[in-house]
Amino acid sequence: MLVLDNVSKTFNPGTVNSKTALDRLSLHVLPGDFITIIGSNGAGKSTLFNAVCGEFYPDSGTITLDGRDITWLPMHKRAAAIGHLFQDPMRGTAPGMTIEENLALASGRGGWFGTISRQDREFFRERLAELDMGLEDRMKQPVGLLSGGQRQALTLLMATVNPPKLLLLDEHTAALDPATAEKVTELTERIVKESCLTCLMVTHNMQAALDMGSRTIMMDAGRIIYDTSGEERKRLTVSDLMDLFRARTGAALDNDRMLLR
Amino acid sequence: MFISWGIIQSAVELGLIYSMVALALFLSYSMLNVCDLSTDGCYTLGCSVGSMVALTGHPVLALLAAIGSGICSGFVTAFLQTRMKIESLLAGIIVNTGLYTINIMILGKATVSLNDAPTVFTWMKKVLAGTPLADCYKLVVALCFVILTVLFLVLFLRTRLGLSIRATGNNKDMVRSSSLNPTTMITIGLCCSNAITALGGCLIGEYNKTCDINMGTGMVTIALASLIIGETIFGKKTVPWRAVGVVIGAVIYRIVVAVALRLNMPATALKLVSAVIVAVAISYPTVVRALALQNRRLSTRGISLYRILQAAFAALTVLFILLSVFTSGSRPLMILLALLCAVFLILMITADRKERRDAHAGA
Repeated sequence: MLVLDNVSKTFNPGTVNSKTALDRLSLHVLPGDFITIIGSNGAGKSTLFNAVCGEFYPDSGTITLDGRDITWLPMHKRAAAIGHLFQDPMRGTAPGMTIEENLALASGRGGWFGTISRQDREFFRERLAELDMGLEDRMKQPVGLLSGGQRQALTLLMATVNPPKLLLLDEHTAALDPATAEKVTELTERIVKESCLTCLMVTHNMQAALDMGSRTIMMDAGRIIYDTSGEERKRLTVSDLMDLFRARTGAALDNDRMLLR
Repeated sequence: MFISWGIIQSAVELGLIYSMVALALFLSYSMLNVCDLSTDGCYTLGCSVGSMVALTGHPVLALLAAIGSGICSGFVTAFLQTRMKIESLLAGIIVNTGLYTINIMILGKATVSLNDAPTVFTWMKKVLAGTPLADCYKLVVALCFVILTVLFLVLFLRTRLGLSIRATGNNKDMVRSSSLNPTTMITIGLCCSNAITALGGCLIGEYNKTCDINMGTGMVTIALASLIIGETIFGKKTVPWRAVGVVIGAVIYRIVVAVALRLNMPATALKLVSAVIVAVAISYPTVVRALALQNRRLSTRGISLYRILQAAFAALTVLFILLSVFTSGSRPLMILLALLCAVFLILMITADRKERRDAHAGA
């Protein structure tokens, strides 16, 4: 599915601010995998996602998605196959445009000169109703009026309305209040399951990292230091994870947003 | 009579034609969120290209040629700011400077007269001769073009391409993640808006039967003033509503100008007035917020800033009214200043009321 082969990236090379964000990182994601990613601040989790979605080109190494080498493909061309959600709920939607206009853009239905048809509206309404947030009755309202949780749920819907080959979730519930975060998490699990998506999720919630998905990787200093799935992963507890991290890096797992519960 | 129907009519005609430029900025400034400073040059470009073609006897072809030239100009501006990564303001200024020479080269001299050439206006005059509309043939032409432009914009902005352009001005990240290329969207948007600007320039040339190399100076500010007047009066609701508001804003601007000229205000002062309108309108929200903050700060010491400002503006209003009565030379200026102070006075009173109401609601 997604293969990263020896991908490296150094920011500001040759200066005092030089930072190796990805260090010969290799990762093989299988179709249908739901991988949760944990690691301390600056471990390269977001950088990994940015490399995959094309925010920058790696210094070395190759990235292959579904058999196609995408290492040098511009960001907007990869976007058709990759959905990306960020921590900031404001980032994924256009606030000055209505819910249906946002969805129309994301769904890409009709040609360049097509307009939103009645069938489109009906389709959007159905999909919005599945979010169970009452958004289906507010389709003509600007997205800027929605709460953070509603915007993030809408972004999730927009990213998956055409099921992407790969869904990247970068702490997409971290900026939401606990109740909303739980709701968006539920939605995420449901949508990923229904559309059989391959998904990578960075999370600050250690328990969620073990409960959700089928595989967990731990990152530090731009490398993957631990990769677990199957029976071994089922037996793991949060404190096991903490111990593993300390054993492998010699330091405590340190993430300022981390939830241990 | 102080204001005759003729004055109003020509103000409306001019307002409608100028509103084309304001509509172009509506697309680039309000929708795409790019301040396109090549507007001045592009407007003159449309006029010079159009004039040269009109002089050969093809007024309609002139409009098409103007549109084509506008698209080229917009493409260069877009290319500089997207592909070459030049700051959008600077890209506009660079293109604007270059266009000056190009316009001189097209015109061959600084001013070209279209007195003998057929234009769309003289054509419409012939068509309407003998009908009840014979007197307002210019109005009919201007109205037709404005309606067509508004229709084009409204329909265009509803398509997926139009939505993508709006989203590019709203949130580039979201456009990219919808697998659309912001570079393409900015290019298409600027080509369209500059085409409309150039069309407006060509129409003004055919309307005034002259094309001058300096006719575009300050056009971007005037168009922005119209845009802001329209959006202040009509609000920022749906796209069709806003587009109509822009047209009406441009017409209001021209009527205000006609009245000011009637008051013997020198025509050279107009650019200063439009510059003040744009500066005040854009900075208005910031000033209001700062005033409210200072008022709250001073109110803890028992001083009401709004009261002081109200008294000051009231005194200034009276002063300028008296000056306008007793001086002869600069009467229009005094009347203008008195009006301005009166407007500020009213703003202070409403702000004070709002503050008190909010404080009351809070308590």
